[in-house]
Amino acid sequence: MIAELGFFALCLSLAASIGTIVTGTLAVTTRQQYLTALVFPLSRMMFVGALASYVVLSYCFYANDFSVEYVANHSNSLLPWYYRLTAVWGSHEGSLLLWVMIQTAWIFVVSVFSKTLPLESRVRLLTVLAAVAAGFLAFTIFASNPFERSFPFVPQNGADLNPLLQDFGMIVHPPLLYMGYVGLSVAYSLAVVALIEGRVDSQWARWTRNWTMIAWSFLTAGIALGSWWAYYELGWGGWWFWDPVENASFMPWLVATALIHSLIVSEKRGAFQQWTILLSLTAFSLSLLGTFLVRSGVITSVHAFASDPERGLFILQFLGMCIGGSLALFAWRAPQLRSLTGYTPLSREALLLVNNLILILAMVIVLFGTLYPLIHDALGMGKVSVGPPYFNLFFVPLMLILGLFMVAGPLANWKQTKSDRMRALVMMPYAVGAVAGVVIAVLYTPWVGVAAGIFVALIAVLFVDTKRKLANRGLSLQSLSRLGVGYWAMHLAHIAFGLCLTAVAITVEYSYETAVRLAPGETKSVQEYSVKLDTVGDLAGSNWVSKQGHVLMSKGDSLVADLYPEKRNYTTRGQIMTEAAIDWGFTRDLYVALGEQFDDGSWSLRVQIKPGVRLIWIAGALMSIAGLMSIYARRRRK
Amino acid sequence: MIRRFIVLAALVMLPFVSNSQSLVQFDSELDRTRYYALIQELRCPKCQNQNLADSDSVIAEDLRNQVYVMIKDGRSDQEIVQFMVERYGEFVLYRPAFSLSNSVLWGAPAALILIVLFVAVSRRKAAPQAATAKVDDLQLQQRLDEIDSEKGAE
Repeated sequence: MIAELGFFALCLSLAASIGTIVTGTLAVTTRQQYLTALVFPLSRMMFVGALASYVVLSYCFYANDFSVEYVANHSNSLLPWYYRLTAVWGSHEGSLLLWVMIQTAWIFVVSVFSKTLPLESRVRLLTVLAAVAAGFLAFTIFASNPFERSFPFVPQNGADLNPLLQDFGMIVHPPLLYMGYVGLSVAYSLAVVALIEGRVDSQWARWTRNWTMIAWSFLTAGIALGSWWAYYELGWGGWWFWDPVENASFMPWLVATALIHSLIVSEKRGAFQQWTILLSLTAFSLSLLGTFLVRSGVITSVHAFASDPERGLFILQFLGMCIGGSLALFAWRAPQLRSLTGYTPLSREALLLVNNLILILAMVIVLFGTLYPLIHDALGMGKVSVGPPYFNLFFVPLMLILGLFMVAGPLANWKQTKSDRMRALVMMPYAVGAVAGVVIAVLYTPWVGVAAGIFVALIAVLFVDTKRKLANRGLSLQSLSRLGVGYWAMHLAHIAFGLCLTAVAITVEYSYETAVRLAPGETKSVQEYSVKLDTVGDLAGSNWVSKQGHVLMSKGDSLVADLYPEKRNYTTRGQIMTEAAIDWGFTRDLYVALGEQFDDGSWSLRVQIKPGVRLIWIAGALMSIAGLMSIYARRRRK
Repeated sequence: MIRRFIVLAALVMLPFVSNSQSLVQFDSELDRTRYYALIQELRCPKCQNQNLADSDSVIAEDLRNQVYVMIKDGRSDQEIVQFMVERYGEFVLYRPAFSLSNSVLWGAPAALILIVLFVAVSRRKAAPQAATAKVDDLQLQQRLDEIDSEKGAE
């Protein structure tokens, strides 16, 4: 009974979204006040329905209601309660419900916090958002219903959640990522509204920038967290593999990053209007494309698409409507949007344009590399793989060039910068960066040198920029705080980018990996460490049993790390998982995974020394924090 | 013919190899680096999307050993990759072959970068006249005033 209520609530949510679309459209055409007044409660009702539905599904998981097929397939009574609750988004149907819930929650928030917009724009915005949500709701209800029952044969117990997903990362990663994806739908809808109204003013840009920034912060955190999760959970220490699933989240991020920069130009200078609109449309379209590519199974297996024609067709239609419709609208209305101002090649606008071009180039290349195997196969040319060597070849140089331009960007003036003034400003950061880069390149490796040089230069920019801004105020705590949180947020994000480059370079160039064979009690040396396998014992959890090794890593006479890697057997599915043990540090991670046992009782151990890897996620976290700081700054300024 | 024999011998020896020598020992640091580089760039033919280094599957284990044996045999990287492609197709290459059929794959991004570069440079030359027109300054000032008054109103 309760599952049916969940389904009913979902249908109610769809009804409310259709109601919003109808009343919203009528309200702007007939200008009847009662219709306008109806739009708001209706749009909020969408959230109420979706939330109720979501709570019901969670309850079904919590109460081990295995008569619900989705629960039976992705949970088990032995699963701890917190994983039962997160198992809701453990597969296609439930994660779509999570998406819908978050989507409608954003709509709720927008409906409440949009009072600074003109009433008519508000109604239009909610109407477009409701249309997007309606697509997802219909998809969930008609093609991915998580509430389907398996009467009359109810399984005794569930098939359990994939062990990979029984982890802390699973609790936080998907919601964060979806907050990002769905947040971009607000920018998308705002762009559609701007096209309908044929107007992009600075208030629109400010608004869009706030919402995009929130989405971007979540997306950044989600991606960084996903990388960290894969690193410790998959058991082989990889943190980015250019996997289609990773790319699906990364492409919207690249476009969103370009968007938050082009929005600055639109807000402050009234320029880049068409470009900004196009980016807003692209960012969300890519999150749609990515999510569906991954969810429909098109990417991992081409045949899944055809095997579920209902789902596949729905996806194609919805994608076509969202992307095609918005692009057609763009082609029709965009010529009306004119930039109010011009700029010269040496200006902040021009440098932000360079930023945008590089990021979009990077996105297009990632998209192309991701889709190429599909196209290749579809044309009957056979199966090929496009992996990290390909992506790195193009992506790494682009990011380094981006880094070089980031040094000049914040120091340039709007519209026009006198070239001798510009030269004087950028001289110091570039010189300091170059010297640091060369020294580090000589001491370490060229790539680390280049990346670290950019990092150092970006820090130097902070000093030069601050000094420039304080030129006629004098240096004091008060004058520093006058610069505003947003100012510091911008530099923090830029420096974090430099840190990320450097960390990646260090990790790639200095990671060391080896496999050693050790009998309990035996010691062997790996690089400067001596590795001792002390004992291997048994361990059990509620739904798994494991072999747990006790590994001691020491340097000289001092013990560095006390590690407990495991080989876990999740009994319900009989799936073996490698639970790596990690001793983490800011400078290096020691990563130990337990391998197979040999006939003579000895074990294989996979030992990795990964310098700098932790800094990659720290950089990601810093970028995300910078995003939140800037939202805070902008809210306070109002 | 001889090569085929060696391959066959290697195949026959595989089961023994995987039992006795799971942990790789190399004669030189170069060979060690080559081994890890190769198993990073070769895809496990049966897995979702994992390279030989990261996969726990039996076939990945076998193929890792294969790479190891071939390095020990003094084969070049090219020969090892060739061997894998002959058996499993180009699917196993994470670094797609630099071949005619892949010309679009390698060429398109390069072409795209060049086009963007060209357009950017040619527009850069054309930009200044348009940008510094007098009318524009006027509009700009109005715009800035607008923004300021909006800020003040909030």
